[in-house]
Amino acid sequence: MNGTMTFKTLQTIGRFGVLLALITLIVFGWLRYDNFLGTYNVLSVLRYNSMFALVALGMCFVIITGGIDLSVGSTAALGSVVAALASPYGAVPGLLAGLGAGLMIGACNALIITRLNILPFIATLATMLAASGCALLLAGNQSVSVSYESGFTELGQGDFLGFPVPAWIALVAYLLGSLVLNLTSFGRTVLAVGGNEDATRLMGLPATRVKAIVYLASGGLAGLAGVILAAQFGAGQPIEGVGWELFAIAAVVVGGTLLTGGVGSVGSTLAGVLLLGLIFNILNFENGLGWISLSAYWQSVIRGLFLLLVVAIQARLSVRTEETV
Amino acid sequence: MAPLLSMHGINKRFAGIPALRAAELVVEKGEVHALIGQNGAGKSTLIKILTGYYAKDSGEIVFDGKPVTFSSPQEAQGAGISTIYQEINLVPYRSVTENICLGREKRRFGLLDWRAMHAEARALLSRFNIDIDVHRPLMAYPTAVQQMVAIARAIGFEAKLVIMDEPTSSLDEREVEVLFGVIRQLKAAGVSVIFVSHKLDELYSVCDRVTIMRDGRTVQVAPMAELSRLDLVTTMLGRELTQVLQEGRKADDTVDTRKPILKVQDLAIGRRVRGVDFEVRPGEIVGLAGLLGAGRTESVRAVFGADKPDTGMIRFAGSDKAMTEPADAIRAGMGFCSEDRKLEGIIPDMSVRENLTLALMPQLARRGIVDEGRSREIVDQFIKRLGIRCSDPEQRIRELSGGNQQKVLLARWLCMNPKLLILDEPTRGIDVGAKAEILSLIRELAGQGLGVLMISSELEEIVEAASRIFVLRDGRTVAELEGDAVNEQSVMAAMAHGHESNREAAHG
Amino acid sequence: MAETATTLPPRPAQEAPRFELKSFLTRYGSWIALALLILVNLAITPNFATWQTLNVNLTQVCAIVIVGVGMTLVIATGGIDLSVGALMAIAGALAPLIFLGKLFPLPSPAVGIALAFVLPVLVTGILGLFNGWLITHLRIQPIIATLVLFIAGRGIAQVFTNGNLQVFNLPEFQFIGLGRIFGIPFQAFLMVAIVAAAAWMLRRTMFGRQILAVGGNERAARLAGIPVASVKQRVYLISGLLSGIAGLIVIARNSAADANLVGLGMELDAIAAVAVGGTLLTGGRATVIGTLVGALIIQLVRYTLLANGVPDAAALVAKAGIIVLAVWLQRQGQR
Repeated sequence: MNGTMTFKTLQTIGRFGVLLALITLIVFGWLRYDNFLGTYNVLSVLRYNSMFALVALGMCFVIITGGIDLSVGSTAALGSVVAALASPYGAVPGLLAGLGAGLMIGACNALIITRLNILPFIATLATMLAASGCALLLAGNQSVSVSYESGFTELGQGDFLGFPVPAWIALVAYLLGSLVLNLTSFGRTVLAVGGNEDATRLMGLPATRVKAIVYLASGGLAGLAGVILAAQFGAGQPIEGVGWELFAIAAVVVGGTLLTGGVGSVGSTLAGVLLLGLIFNILNFENGLGWISLSAYWQSVIRGLFLLLVVAIQARLSVRTEETV
Repeated sequence: MAPLLSMHGINKRFAGIPALRAAELVVEKGEVHALIGQNGAGKSTLIKILTGYYAKDSGEIVFDGKPVTFSSPQEAQGAGISTIYQEINLVPYRSVTENICLGREKRRFGLLDWRAMHAEARALLSRFNIDIDVHRPLMAYPTAVQQMVAIARAIGFEAKLVIMDEPTSSLDEREVEVLFGVIRQLKAAGVSVIFVSHKLDELYSVCDRVTIMRDGRTVQVAPMAELSRLDLVTTMLGRELTQVLQEGRKADDTVDTRKPILKVQDLAIGRRVRGVDFEVRPGEIVGLAGLLGAGRTESVRAVFGADKPDTGMIRFAGSDKAMTEPADAIRAGMGFCSEDRKLEGIIPDMSVRENLTLALMPQLARRGIVDEGRSREIVDQFIKRLGIRCSDPEQRIRELSGGNQQKVLLARWLCMNPKLLILDEPTRGIDVGAKAEILSLIRELAGQGLGVLMISSELEEIVEAASRIFVLRDGRTVAELEGDAVNEQSVMAAMAHGHESNREAAHG
Repeated sequence: MAETATTLPPRPAQEAPRFELKSFLTRYGSWIALALLILVNLAITPNFATWQTLNVNLTQVCAIVIVGVGMTLVIATGGIDLSVGALMAIAGALAPLIFLGKLFPLPSPAVGIALAFVLPVLVTGILGLFNGWLITHLRIQPIIATLVLFIAGRGIAQVFTNGNLQVFNLPEFQFIGLGRIFGIPFQAFLMVAIVAAAAWMLRRTMFGRQILAVGGNERAARLAGIPVASVKQRVYLISGLLSGIAGLIVIARNSAADANLVGLGMELDAIAAVAVGGTLLTGGRATVIGTLVGALIIQLVRYTLLANGVPDAAALVAKAGIIVLAVWLQRQGQR
């Protein structure tokens, strides 16, 4: 009984807590600022946050297996550089190049973690440095402009059916991710690996392969985020992406996924990303009102406080359920 | 008829140390085959080689007429070998259904068909007369149910050979009977079973033949019926058993009037403990008996300050101040050997010496600096006194056998000169020889005036060691047995349907 | 042994201790690597055996080692501290505000300098305690708990200074980063003293033993009467204090404090040094001297590549390789 209560509470908080917070924030913004729910603002928030959403989706899967991927930020930077270099050949080659670069780093992670048996934290810390080094080398220590003629920039700046292309990409990725996690044996094995890896192995499930695929996917999604980054800002940015990994971890955790693995949800991760993204947006609106002027630096302070609030509430609630049962 | 499985001349070394030396194992079709041996005899290694968890160094395995070498448990499962491991190896956060069906999911249109999977899980569990909500996470259920889920999973794979590595360690007697029923069903269906257990009764009641291992070798193979218990144990230990069997009965049975060192009354903790009373006098071994989930461990953890009780009185050494942390209890003069050595006892990467002096450290340190000289002296003394077998006090404790680890943990408390020692399943997972040593040590200590509170699920052991037994059932103390009432029949009767009248009878 | 050897024959491994190459490599691998690196440099790098080279490398490595010592202790308890870089930024932003008299009026410059040493380190110590409090009282996992200050900490430093660069020239204060004794940077002495103290503490004191016990098996440690929460609190406090000191060294060396850059990426550098040095990342086994050696290796490889004309970006890739190789070698030895 004890177990279920804690488990259920955690899941409920995870699933609905973050949604509730998101809705509260949206309602707050809608009441307080003009145009907060205007098409322009909504679409630009979605456009800007879609790359973080992609990175967080990969991180979500990795964390569910009980691992971590610190390399996603520099992988995205590498992806943006490679995509920018390939952009003169068109949108699709640019996309594939960025994705490929991400998959390569993901493959390195997968190999180091599963073949050399090195802790994910250290393995991805190393590939983070390596990816960053590669990005700087390829870009010659400066940003690489993309070609504006080939249609590559559509991937970041374009619209499809009145909805930003990057948001479409993120949406499709999340739908697929949710489907995979809930309705395929691969997805259930991901959850099992995070719950108890040894047991999963002894149950005869391909734990190693599943872990490898998860890191591969995380790398690929980070590469895709890099493509969008390059297309949106018109340049491949070798030094961008610093701190993305921790932002993604924060979003996943705010979404209620357990960092110890075994429990997690794709939908809540998306809510976590939007929640952290909206804080920046609201800060801008607040400054626009002109009553107070908060520098952009407050953004990270507020994000930190928000993370603190969420994890503190999660911790308190789970402690209390343990005690009362 | 060719045997279903024959393993021949299997060798395996770990870091240069041989774990298996030309080990043999032959299992016929439709037989229940016992595999026994002390801890470290190589049973688990042999099984893990068979299931592909380890790779063998040399030797050959023929399964179902074909030579095989499995490189992963998955392959072994595919070939028809299912395994139930000693520790429950399932995923606690996931649902019962997932734990049973992962690895052979039902699909519709390429996606998981949850409805069919839930139905299958329910059907498999019904063979064990278990009817539970299969949607809920596994960790919502008690250990025994989890064990049954593990067995259901193994059977669901339509295996030709089912390996059970101490499957009964967390089951009560009724559940063991259900399990035996299932084993007989399997046998009737032509499935072979390899059954690993330390409990002789179980082996004799369900197994056809036995393979005995010692020091990585197969030392005897015989039909169960042709081997007496004494022969079996002697072969397993490789020595005459007279010392083990000639243990002195418990100390004199004169009524003790000394004031209790520990008195617990009306203890309640959550739903597991709802009214537990017991007491321990100095120099006395008191047993806490009861089925799994009766609230024994929870009660003693509260006494030691590891968990917080809701209500009730705990008076230790004349003071009923509540212990809020184990550190308080230790300062007051208690020691506690927990049930799970690996999880809550040893610090695996630390040396024997560091593990042994862990609780003593505050007394060994002057201004925060550890007095290494004295620590060495004390450790040498206890290694000698308890007969701890290690190459050197600086050896890492995880390299020791279970019995020796347990002795180090006992020494951790004995070097503190405690007034009360609480032992939760002190002989679990320990071979017969070390078991006897530990029990006689406990007796000797009690003789010197130490109060001992011991939990054990092995009736024989608790009846043998304790001079007084409190029986718990469903979180309540239902009987106190003393003197002649301390015997297996009365303990079992109290566990099954004990009530207050037992208590009166025992006193009278 | 004879009278007690009843159930088990003596194990063969105990009879003849053999020379094991693997365990030798694991044990001394990092020292051998360091020695090899120095030899290679003596052979190929021009002007390697000079005071100049020594001093350059020492100054580069000091802050990492000092933070790494705290990180080693934290990791030894089975935790991690991601906030170290952000704490360095906070200390770095506070110190100039104090000695430049921007926070409160100063009675005399000497007081200002003294306070500039003490207060920032005190503040980061308190923030370290805050990390410890989140971890022990709210039971938040270390990686998440310290992520809070990782995200917010640098922001706090930036808000203090409004993101501006603070330039100063104050030799008394900057002695910590620029001063020399016998031609060797003062910070190197500070580093050696901190490393020695921490190594001694981990080996010889009760606190050291408690740290390793908590990291080795927390539940067992609690049942053996070890005050787990207080041990953890103290390691995060130490990590906070050391981060503050490192922050001061960095701004003193640069004669400027830039809240955007001080300590950026330091958490990962420190963790890398700890890992290369041979401390078990899951806790329970730690070596402070190893962390020093690990940091020196990483620094020397980078120096070797740079001094021989390889671009800095390529050095990053090399660093990645070293980390993986070092940790992999350690794993081999454990088998």
